[in-house]
Amino acid sequence: MMRVYRWLLPHPLLTLILAVVWTLLQNEVSSGMVVFGIILGVIIPLMTSIWWPDTPQGFRLGKMISYSFVVIWDILVANVQVAWIVLTVPNAKLKPAWIVVPLELRQPEAITVLAGTITLTPGTVSADLSNEGHSLLVHVLHTSDADAVREDIKTRYERRLLEIFS
Amino acid sequence: MTDQDFGTYAAALFLLIGSGFVFVGAVGLLKFNDPMTRVHAPTKVGTVGIGMLLLGSMVYSNSLGSTSIHELLIMAFLFVTAPISAHFIAKVNIHRRACETPPSPPRDETWSTLNSPEADQKNENLKVGQS
Repeated sequence: MMRVYRWLLPHPLLTLILAVVWTLLQNEVSSGMVVFGIILGVIIPLMTSIWWPDTPQGFRLGKMISYSFVVIWDILVANVQVAWIVLTVPNAKLKPAWIVVPLELRQPEAITVLAGTITLTPGTVSADLSNEGHSLLVHVLHTSDADAVREDIKTRYERRLLEIFS
Repeated sequence: MTDQDFGTYAAALFLLIGSGFVFVGAVGLLKFNDPMTRVHAPTKVGTVGIGMLLLGSMVYSNSLGSTSIHELLIMAFLFVTAPISAHFIAKVNIHRRACETPPSPPRDETWSTLNSPEADQKNENLKVGQS
């Protein structure tokens, strides 16, 4: 039973995402379209599975959902903050800085999520990864305390991602 | 006040907030004078700005009685792709030495963008020297 499941759904989350995207593309929820979306969600991962790297093991969907709510809230706050900096802080007083975040995350998927989160949240853009993937280079728009920003990234996002991808 | 009126006012409010954010993003792009700080304004302010415009579109079409959920997909794709384009612009800036050189990483040798074979590094130096 487990083997049939593994063969039929090599990437269960991809199947789910494809079905949801197909349903949203139809712009109305009807049972026929949901079924067709699920069929697509089964066929596409099967056909493309030889090109996919291994399925990430131990992905916690529930924690990921609560994480995305935290991130959406932070994106809203970040936008107001950045808009405020753009409008009020003159160029001469702007203190941009590079900070280096040492990574405890190992999976490429987790690092990608962390980098994307950093770009979308308060005044930070992730710029580069070190050549062996042990640290992440982040550019901060305006800060007087670079260490606090690094601590914030590590405690607020990386700790949660370590729990999600464990 | 009917549903449709309410929808119209709500959509107008969302459009105003959204265009305000997009405007601030454009101002930031013009105002900042360093290639790296310029990346900041459009990536963040742009996402919420466009998100608000799309929310206005959703609210309005819902108040007219035809449900529209395409916008959720546009938002999802936007949130996934905005960091990637920002990441690439940042990498190009580092590669072209258009910004301050970043501090070297603590555990590895160098940043992946700066990690090019020696033969290529000579070429890059030549190009930088010429421009």
